[in-house]
Amino acid sequence: MATFRLNVNGSQKTVDVDPSTPLLWVLREELKLTGTKYGCGISACGACTVHVGGIATRSCIVPVDLVGERPIVTIEAIGNDPVGSAVQTAWIEKDVVQCGYCQSGQIMSAVALLKDTKKPTDKNIEESMGGNLCRCATYARIREAIKSASQQLG
Amino acid sequence: MSNRSQTCGVFAVVTFLAIWISISMSQAARPSLESQAGLAAWEKVYSVLISPRCINCHTATNYPQQGDDRHRHFANVVRGPEGKGVAGLNCVSCHQERNADSTGAPGGHNWHLAPLSMQWQDLNDQLLSSATVCRAVTDRSKNDNLDGAGLLKHHTEEQLVLWAWNPGRRPDGSLRTTPPISHQEFVAATRTWVDAGTPCPKGR
Repeated sequence: MATFRLNVNGSQKTVDVDPSTPLLWVLREELKLTGTKYGCGISACGACTVHVGGIATRSCIVPVDLVGERPIVTIEAIGNDPVGSAVQTAWIEKDVVQCGYCQSGQIMSAVALLKDTKKPTDKNIEESMGGNLCRCATYARIREAIKSASQQLG
Repeated sequence: MSNRSQTCGVFAVVTFLAIWISISMSQAARPSLESQAGLAAWEKVYSVLISPRCINCHTATNYPQQGDDRHRHFANVVRGPEGKGVAGLNCVSCHQERNADSTGAPGGHNWHLAPLSMQWQDLNDQLLSSATVCRAVTDRSKNDNLDGAGLLKHHTEEQLVLWAWNPGRRPDGSLRTTPPISHQEFVAATRTWVDAGTPCPKGR
């Protein structure tokens, strides 16, 4: 066990865990931030996506001891960000969600895309969102919502 | 001088010239000992470059490979404009500064694909020949303008090169395979090859 000080959603959190514990487990089990989901556990589905140092990161395979001082942002706080807020608004407007399990990861990846590329093409969206799987196949609505958020952001 | 003497003289000159030309051509066709040693050393270098730990990120395609069978990287990972993936799906979305043995994700500083100019396989994922790879590696318009000393330094110090000999564990806990020779042998072979003038095999 070791003690880690993490910057999560703008707050300093201290956790006492095994250094090899994946960040996802720290967020969900230690910090009770359960908006981020466990999907595959091998970074193949994207459900566990959070932002670490501004990068969309698969929290299920990143041990907590590799996070360092980089700030972590989860779905619980992404709405505080202008891009995150626009994406969430677009998600509601386009009624994207079906079962919803993958959607926190989808939104985190979409925000990362729009922060990098203000006017994404279909190809940009396909490539950037390609690692986020949705068993309900809401892909068409996800693409519409990303374009809508892009328009909102101007 | 008699005709016979003249004939003998001409014969001697022609014979001498023939022998001299023959020796010259033989020497031209046969590499020097240093060059031969350099070519042998290059083959050792090449054996490392085409090992999965190296060549999986030296693809000609829009994606990296993974595993000893060099299959396409899972999760729809793509190369991206700078070889670092794309926003939302960067290489560093999973690959951190060092290996994550508890989860099986390999890692190292500045994880990225090699540029397309350093592709060591074709679009059908077939390995390029030793001669072709050698020409690419020594072409300063393709290799980030590295001369022999630069190539030696790259092979000696570059973090992702070093990673090949410390590739960590797979998700099932087993150790990833490493290149066929040690890093020390790889550097020694590179030095011999560079000292010989970075000779490349003939042919395609």
